[in-house]
Amino acid sequence: MTRTTPSPPHALHLQGIWKIFGEDANSFLQKFGTSPADSDLQKAGLIAAVRDANLDIHRGEIFVIMGLSGSGKSTLVRCMSRLIEPTAGELFFEGQDLLAISEKELTEMRRHKMGMVFQHFALLPHLSVLGNVAFPLEIQGVEKSVRQQRALDMIELVGLSGREDYYPRELSGGQQQRVGIARSLAVEPDIWFLDEPFSALDPLIRREMQDEFLRLQGLLRKTIVFITHDFDEAIRLADRIAIMKDGAIIQIGAPEDLILNPATDYVAEFTRDVSRAKVLSAKTVMRPVTPGESLDETLAHHTKVQDLAHRAVNSDRHMGVTDDDGAIIGAVDNQAVLDVLVGNEPPRTN
Amino acid sequence: MEARQGFDDVAQTPSWFWGIFAVIITLGIFLFFAQDQAPYLVEYPRDWVIPLRFVISDWMQWLIKEFDLGFFTFKELTRSIAWLLEWPLSAANSLLATGFTFSTEPGAPIVLSPAPWIAVIIIFGLLAFHLSGTRLAVLVTGCFGYLALFGQWHSAMITLSSIVIAVPLGVSIGFVLGIAAYRHPVFEKWLTPVLDLMQTVPIFAYLVPVLFLFGFGPVAAMIATMIYATPPMVRVTILALKQVPVELVEYGNMAGCARGQLLRKIQVPVAQKSLMVGVNQVIMLSLNMVIIASMIGAGGLGFDVLSSLRRLAIGDGLEAGLAITFLAIALDRLSQAFADRPQTSRLSQSRRLLSHSQFTLVVLITLLISWPASHFYPALGVYPESLQITTSHFWDDLVKWININFFDQLEAIKTFLLIHIMMPVKHFLLKTPWVISIAVITLIGYRLGRFRLAALGMALTVFIAAVGLWSKAMITVYLCGVSVLFAACIGIPIGILAASNSRTNRAAQVAIDTLQTLPSFVYLIPVVMLFRVGDFAAMLAVIAYSVAPAIRYTILGIQQVPAHLIEASRAMGCTPNQIRWRVQLPIALPQIMLGINQTIMMALSMLVITALVGTRDLGQEVYIALTKADTGGGIVAGVCVACIAIVADRFISQWSHKKKMKLGLPA
Repeated sequence: MTRTTPSPPHALHLQGIWKIFGEDANSFLQKFGTSPADSDLQKAGLIAAVRDANLDIHRGEIFVIMGLSGSGKSTLVRCMSRLIEPTAGELFFEGQDLLAISEKELTEMRRHKMGMVFQHFALLPHLSVLGNVAFPLEIQGVEKSVRQQRALDMIELVGLSGREDYYPRELSGGQQQRVGIARSLAVEPDIWFLDEPFSALDPLIRREMQDEFLRLQGLLRKTIVFITHDFDEAIRLADRIAIMKDGAIIQIGAPEDLILNPATDYVAEFTRDVSRAKVLSAKTVMRPVTPGESLDETLAHHTKVQDLAHRAVNSDRHMGVTDDDGAIIGAVDNQAVLDVLVGNEPPRTN
Repeated sequence: MEARQGFDDVAQTPSWFWGIFAVIITLGIFLFFAQDQAPYLVEYPRDWVIPLRFVISDWMQWLIKEFDLGFFTFKELTRSIAWLLEWPLSAANSLLATGFTFSTEPGAPIVLSPAPWIAVIIIFGLLAFHLSGTRLAVLVTGCFGYLALFGQWHSAMITLSSIVIAVPLGVSIGFVLGIAAYRHPVFEKWLTPVLDLMQTVPIFAYLVPVLFLFGFGPVAAMIATMIYATPPMVRVTILALKQVPVELVEYGNMAGCARGQLLRKIQVPVAQKSLMVGVNQVIMLSLNMVIIASMIGAGGLGFDVLSSLRRLAIGDGLEAGLAITFLAIALDRLSQAFADRPQTSRLSQSRRLLSHSQFTLVVLITLLISWPASHFYPALGVYPESLQITTSHFWDDLVKWININFFDQLEAIKTFLLIHIMMPVKHFLLKTPWVISIAVITLIGYRLGRFRLAALGMALTVFIAAVGLWSKAMITVYLCGVSVLFAACIGIPIGILAASNSRTNRAAQVAIDTLQTLPSFVYLIPVVMLFRVGDFAAMLAVIAYSVAPAIRYTILGIQQVPAHLIEASRAMGCTPNQIRWRVQLPIALPQIMLGINQTIMMALSMLVITALVGTRDLGQEVYIALTKADTGGGIVAGVCVACIAIVADRFISQWSHKKKMKLGLPA
């Protein structure tokens, strides 16, 4: 990225964010500094839902925060929009200090720049689909004809045309969440928060909605913070993943990084059962090209092992791996692919 | 968190507790049989009584006579409030009952008759049809038809005009206070005990200071009505707003709602259904209170019942009582239909027969035609007397007949219960030394909720003794206790039966609904008919009034027993009886106790009203204070009733809470 705009490199920048629940949380942190011990917290009767979170979210990426229930992921995403006020730390959105702005500015910011999708949809039961999708615009005072047109466009985008006059209770879960998605996109937000959007759905519908989500992101290229407790979902959707446990972020990395280099046993526990062939790419398993070696065919460096396995295993051909510009950067042979497929210890990238 | 600690505390009752308990019981038994050993421990000495009632009376005198708020006096303030409320009330009264009189010049007043009865019936019928459908329309028309047919129209319209003004005011005040409490937890903390007190102080006790401050008349009665009917609306508003799912509020914030937008566009619409429950409660409580407030000049149906009770004119009283009942049923079902009406959806919109504007139009046309028409055909304006019927002689004769033919049987039942159950309890409570009673209450409080509840129980009972109302309070406790015992013995089995049998359940629900719709006054009529005055008649009225929650909570408690537990016990081979006694009842017990708690609360409020049929308890104190406009006496006795109610409520709630925690049920 070599853009020479004055805007900062990250959409969202969190530094040392803490959220402590309980009385006198502020004075507690002042007393104990940035790294209070668990015993101190316990003695004070406080609960640290988010501990010292540091992360940057890049423009246009899907950033997934993954953790089990009680890990603080929902609190963290709420801190990002100040739905929950962080106890300490710094929070910058597009270079602007979010913690310093007034309530009124924050409201404006939420109206125009942020969108959020909720686990249980949070649709207003007294409004129709159209009314729900137009709601954020109505709040802003957008003229009726304009907001209705915009809402209709959004409804079409999520594939619910013809159901504008339905009420939430008349829709299935998947359809309700489509409304939630359309509604959050109606204001064309710069950043899109999704808090476990598909967790309340049946597995088959969930899968379908994930595809739908990827399709939308392909069209819109939003900056996305996506919360989930489902590691497979995280792997499937994420550009980068942050893993949380007990309020702390343990590791941040691309799906491949987490699988190849889990920072702790806890992370390794999650990655153990993940099908490596789906995550690892040609670039990860390739070996250097022997000078003078003849290559039968080439493939792009981001091709997943799963997708090249068929060709690699059934034939004895040597395949070259190319970078974005088409230059050969390595080769894949069938032994490497077989190792991944049968689950032998993957090569460590050091 | 706090409750959890309380629970753990109680788990380990210290050994000294039982020591003290044994000492107190021994001392109690000793004093009980040797009353003259230490008479000051047995009966609260007169010299020790704190003259609180006189202090309050004097303070009220000062308030009304001398207190100056700077720009105006306190009296001017109350008078201007009364004046402000006077004109909407008299407008409603003129519209519905008395008609308007414009006297431009002396001697030739222009009179505009009140809304024609035929128009009122049509409008209410249409409203019922608009809200729900034909069935409700028939019911409501029938109820209002009774009022006309039995010559109750005029009184009923006076009562209705108070309701029409008091309810919107009560609802708005309650709504605003509720929102304030929801937004400012500090205000809620401050408001909750006030609401507690307002809801436990008996109805009569309100009347005394209101009478004193606002004088005798419909306005004072309406103010008392509003004070009585508003607290539930406050509570319902707070609860309804809190029940709006967090996600929806979060969504509202994320969409960038300002505070007003959040309230108007999200919280209130989402909570609408619960809020309407509050409105329904305000209507029913207002009706209940308007009837009672006839004692301070509300007039209307309440006055008719009251005066016929005083004359022992059973037939007249019964007809007026039925009029109250029908008015109550009509208003209750209308407001419920309003709460339950389907939210405008594609489906229901097409089903609705009248749009809102059509409805308004029809109402206007009805009025525009019938009003002028009634000037030419007076029968349309005022229901003609020649078409009225009355059954009061029939009822008078029936009562006479019953009393002649079944006197011995009725008397035998009454005497048996009085001698073998009621009197022994009464004597036991009166003879138990006051010190011992207070000590026992304190110890029970300690056992249930450690020092907090012990202190509460002790403070409130000591208060009762200190203001010199101990023996009156014991009579209240006795009447309440015996009534609740009977109510529980009737209500719990019915509840158990209804929970397992859907037909009984439906019948029970109808019975409960009706019982809870009836204003408390009405219960006095049949018992006076059969048993005249006294403790026994009072007890019957109290039982009838307070049995509903015992039934309702029992049904609820049993139905809440998780289905998988029943399944598991059946799989283990339990017989239905075993399931009932060993699974359902133990798990439902905390809930049933909450029902008994409600029964106690209702019994206490009814007891005060039964002072009209000659009980000698705290209720009588309040009633006497009311007739003598003795503010101090009324307030003190009223607060004593509230003390009993609060102790009972806190103890039982705490017990039930602990039990639920133990069973792992949601609190």
